[in-house]
Amino acid sequence: MDVLVNPTESSLLRFTTAGSVDDGKSTLIGRLLYDSKSIFEDQLLAVEESSKRRGDAHVNLALLTDGLRAEREQGITIDVAYRYFATPKRKFIIADTPGHIQYTRNMVTGASTADLAIILIDARLGVIEQTMRHTYLASLLRIGHIVLAVNKMDLVNFDQAVYDKIVADYMAFAKGLENLPHVTPIPMSALNGDNVVDKSENTPWYTGPSLLQHLETAQVHTETAVDEARFPVQWVIRPISDREDAKLGNLHDYRGFAGRVASGTFKVGDDVLVYPSEMKTKITGIHTFEGPQPEAIPQLSYSITVADEIDTSRGGMIVKAGEPAQTAQEFDAMICWFADKKTLKPRSRFHLRHTTNDVRAVVTDVLYKVNISTLEKSAASKEFSLNDIGCIRLRCASPIFFDAYAKNRTTGSFVLVDEQTNNTVAAGMILKPLVDAGDEDAEVAI
Amino acid sequence: MSAITHLQFLESEAIYILRETAAQFQKPALLFSGGKDSIVMAWLARKAFYPSKLPFPLLHVDTGHNFPEAMEYRDWFVQEIGATLTVGLVQKSIDEGRVQEEKGHTASRNKLQTVTLLDTIEEHQFDACLGGGRRDEEKARAKERFFSHRDEFGQWDPKNQRPELWNIFNGRKHFGEHFRVFPLSNWTEMDIWQYIRQENIPLPSLYFSHQRKIIERHGQLLDASTGIIPLLDEEKPRVKEMTIRFRTVGDATCTGAVESTASTIDEIVAEVAAARQTERGTRADDKRSETAMEDRKKEGYF
Repeated sequence: MDVLVNPTESSLLRFTTAGSVDDGKSTLIGRLLYDSKSIFEDQLLAVEESSKRRGDAHVNLALLTDGLRAEREQGITIDVAYRYFATPKRKFIIADTPGHIQYTRNMVTGASTADLAIILIDARLGVIEQTMRHTYLASLLRIGHIVLAVNKMDLVNFDQAVYDKIVADYMAFAKGLENLPHVTPIPMSALNGDNVVDKSENTPWYTGPSLLQHLETAQVHTETAVDEARFPVQWVIRPISDREDAKLGNLHDYRGFAGRVASGTFKVGDDVLVYPSEMKTKITGIHTFEGPQPEAIPQLSYSITVADEIDTSRGGMIVKAGEPAQTAQEFDAMICWFADKKTLKPRSRFHLRHTTNDVRAVVTDVLYKVNISTLEKSAASKEFSLNDIGCIRLRCASPIFFDAYAKNRTTGSFVLVDEQTNNTVAAGMILKPLVDAGDEDAEVAI
Repeated sequence: MSAITHLQFLESEAIYILRETAAQFQKPALLFSGGKDSIVMAWLARKAFYPSKLPFPLLHVDTGHNFPEAMEYRDWFVQEIGATLTVGLVQKSIDEGRVQEEKGHTASRNKLQTVTLLDTIEEHQFDACLGGGRRDEEKARAKERFFSHRDEFGQWDPKNQRPELWNIFNGRKHFGEHFRVFPLSNWTEMDIWQYIRQENIPLPSLYFSHQRKIIERHGQLLDASTGIIPLLDEEKPRVKEMTIRFRTVGDATCTGAVESTASTIDEIVAEVAAARQTERGTRADDKRSETAMEDRKKEGYF
């Protein structure tokens, strides 16, 4: 059942879940869906029947989204599954990322659109290698908020000392990360529902919110509105018509840059820079189907008109004057390699897709790979295979305009596309442009 | 600044996908069935390219088994949003011997649509078809991408899909291949209804409560007033006049009704909120096997 959210007030929270095989991730998601009445009768019935046929002891909630024949036959989840639920306060999209071989690829994919990550820990086992791996990936992808779900508290008698030690161990590890997200630890038992939807009487010593209370109120993406304003151009709207539009007047000369605000806010009258030409102009109109708007805010889609005839099209970008993006042809980036049959090495060539831009690129160097269990960097191997994460240097056929991923997840991210198969083979996060010897300014800007 | 609402987010995301589709492909088309999801998608397409007209046609794969109300609505809507319409006829595929009609009283042309769709795609050289599919609809759809690759035979390879990260969509393809694009992937049935209410989008009358002659077959309430569904002799006495509405509108032979008195959008929203069955629970085509949807999708279904 899809709970009636208040459509004028409810915001959206996207989160991802990470855990190792038996830490109760499916149980937790099942409980959130079930307790928020997001599972329908016919779905539950179908899952019960399938579980019975397969000889499972309990109703296997993974079958709700493991819809692919191969998944059901092998009893594994192959792909990121997106699940939806709502409470009267908020709408949620869960990216449920499975383990197994393509774990890193799946988690990176799920994390790329998430505002928050739930990392599960089995209270009996404490912080293990997997926990560190999940936390590293969440921090690499710059998820701002982590919920440390210390699960199976019922199996350690809801002992506060056990919980406190796990949280202390975790924080000690997390301090070593370059980008420490905001961490909210919660003791829970997903199986019994302790601190999942309601506060549990079994943990009187815990004063924080239940998981759902936290998810409903967590303040995410508050920062993008004050960030530097970025508007990648997707498409140019040119009606080429002498029609009179009720809201916009004669359309003969209409030329609107269509796109979605990546960050910051644009207002009519703002001085802007337009890439790639870096020409200065002024915003004359911000339009939607509803008519002219005074401003353009993050995540929403608009058509923007400017005062001068400026040569830009798909792949271009509008930014506020005084808040320029970086431009470079060669830069360093962290990548996660996704291909199982091919490797990446120096001189490998790709199509690089960055915002709405598509440009050819070549790997000029492999700087290091990261062991994501120990966080050690190693330059011993120059070759990336499936799930490898590390730092490479790329040179593009023409300059791109971007921000460091640490500053902006939209203008700092890219994917690499294989030239032969057209498959998406890597996710990339830009660190910094390659600096010419005499160009000191560029280095300071990072 | 206040946070945007979830409907604003979903609308903007869909507009973003629609513009990506227009920009990345040579000749896209928007699959339009007259059902509420394709209506919402076309509504969003008008917004995405305003003040221009839609840069692609609507494509209706017509099984010939249509509710008259749906056809009337289709023709009105196309005019209303200033779009052009391309029709692919299943009857033509049958006449040309491309497909064989199913036999018996439960015969449906639903599956035959796939051949007509692929033939129409080839005839018009469409390289991307926008579909109104949502991930919450059905378990095989839950793993579907926004940009979903189809090989030169129109087939989907669910185990070998391109990962989609951030808001970067990879529509690169070889000659002869095409894409299915799903701008409403992240919407739920409730989101669709709340959006229809917010935008005041007119819908075919089939969605609202009305009196209709109905035959109950295998637990489904099927139309017995248009004559599209052949009735067995033993069924004829069981035909009843009922107060129903349709939760989905597709090919008439496999679209089940629900008993309902909901005659306004508000009443429908309340009904959907209280529903204990998914909307696809009323569709016979998904009940043929546990992976019926995946099997049809692999062959090139919507």
